[in-house]
Amino acid sequence: MLKIENLHATVADKPILKGLSLAINAGEIHAIMGPNGAGKSTLSYVLGGRPGYEVTEGSVMFAPNVIPGESRGSDGALELGPDFRRGTGTTETLDLLALDPHERAAAGLFLGFQYPVEIPGVSNVQFLRESLNAQRKARGQEPLSGGDFLKLAREKAGLLKLDMDMLKRPVNVGFSGGEKKRNEMVQMGILDPKLAILDETDSGLDIDALRVVGDGINTIMRRPDKAVLLITHYQRLLDYVQPDFVHVLAAGRIVKSGGPELALELEREGYAEIAA
Amino acid sequence: MTATTHPSRRDEAWRYSDIDAVTAAWPLPAPESIVVPAGGEFRRAIVQDAGAIHQIEMSIGKGATAALHILNIGGAYGRIELAVTLHEGADFTLGAVQIGGGDQNLEIVTTVTHAEPGAKSRQIVRSVLGGTATGTYLGKVAVARDAQQTDSEQDVKAMLLGRSATANAKPELEIFADDVKCAHGCAIGELDAMSLYYLQSRGLPPAEAKKILLQAFVAGVFDGAEDEARLQALALAKLGELV
Ligand SMILES: Nc1ncnc2c1ncn2[C@@H]1O[C@H](COP(=O)(O)OP(=O)(O)O)[C@@H](O)[C@H]1O
Ligand SMILES: [Mg+2]
Repeated sequence: MLKIENLHATVADKPILKGLSLAINAGEIHAIMGPNGAGKSTLSYVLGGRPGYEVTEGSVMFAPNVIPGESRGSDGALELGPDFRRGTGTTETLDLLALDPHERAAAGLFLGFQYPVEIPGVSNVQFLRESLNAQRKARGQEPLSGGDFLKLAREKAGLLKLDMDMLKRPVNVGFSGGEKKRNEMVQMGILDPKLAILDETDSGLDIDALRVVGDGINTIMRRPDKAVLLITHYQRLLDYVQPDFVHVLAAGRIVKSGGPELALELEREGYAEIAA
Repeated sequence: MTATTHPSRRDEAWRYSDIDAVTAAWPLPAPESIVVPAGGEFRRAIVQDAGAIHQIEMSIGKGATAALHILNIGGAYGRIELAVTLHEGADFTLGAVQIGGGDQNLEIVTTVTHAEPGAKSRQIVRSVLGGTATGTYLGKVAVARDAQQTDSEQDVKAMLLGRSATANAKPELEIFADDVKCAHGCAIGELDAMSLYYLQSRGLPPAEAKKILLQAFVAGVFDGAEDEARLQALALAKLGELV
């Protein structure tokens, strides 16, 4: 699904990612852990195409429909159509870094923000409906009607136990930290991506909200044709969303990879030991 | 407003104007006169879409209410000039949006005089400027000596879509009474990069994302306007041309 090779990136001319490689297959959940300032958010922004995050070396290929062991994507395959921009990629595999942020979204990438943005005056449901329909248009699909959209939004809000009234309010304005993170997950549910990169979705959540968000991630994303990259500082989210692989990011590179037990080891011994 | 020789840039109220266009239009016809009688209620929507100089003199009688909503969007040079006099306990609302692209020059120039006590005026002006366009708001609030308990507000914001666009904003107070509340706020900014990125990360193409943010920026100005739906639709269409 995602193949990152030797990725180097700078922010404001400062090198942050220094040769990061990572491969994620459909059906897998990967966790990236690491100390503050290691470059975790930078990685998520680079993958999401945020302006100012400049790739100086390396490649990222994104194959939203490739499932290991299957010749072609399952029923849930995203039809991208012949006109979809692919960079130097092929029919199956997109050159992610050549795409604009909105094209990456239409190709099935979702970024859960560490700090979701407040946008006064713009209603959640309005912008989400327009976003979903913009994605569908880019893929050559018919728009979703207002009624169908509201039904979908209500279902996902229910899943994340977020009041439907909050979804009608301006984007994240006056939301608590936990409500913002649940709103991110409602958006993920509505947009139904193939690959979700979730940057510290667990921070700011109390224990009940953590369970709700964890269940939400599992319900929406734990499927053979989808994948998740969970960026987290703590082990606790991983009790709810069990990763298949855990990686340690330090000083702009993956310095260690392992199974779920690596997260427990990190919790016990701290990053300094492991990353050394 | 009733000068006989045409103005130059040395005249404060015409400092940012397209003087060639003003000269070509000179002499201007007499200003439109609106008299709202005591206790009356007046609402009017004005769409300036052809490049005109529109001057209005308005007198709002005792206890009367007047609301003007203005959409200033058309022509190479569009100017709306208001001279409003409020009598005792009168209430005046101006809600104005100007949206300009290319090399348009759009301006709203107001003089609001609180001639008697207890009147209230509220002006909200939003400008969105792209290309090499210029948008200007010059607004003077004058409070006469015995116009106590005056309550006036000027809320002025401009959004620049590029480095070559220009916004001028000058709220001005001339107060001769001592028991007054006159608020004014003025801000010139650009679209928030993080908001724009957030919207695009959900799948909105850049132009759509900008349009949504600009729509939010001008939202509310036309609330309760005469012809509100038409003003909103015209504003949105013009924003769509700009992004
Ligand atoms: N906009 C920015 N301008 C300058 N430096 C930045 C910016 N964003 C991040 N950095 C720097 O990049 C490094 C990595 O930051 P970040 O990716 O946010 O780390 P993490 O998410 O792992 O805590 C830090 O040293 C941080 O100071
Ligand atoms: Mg971070």
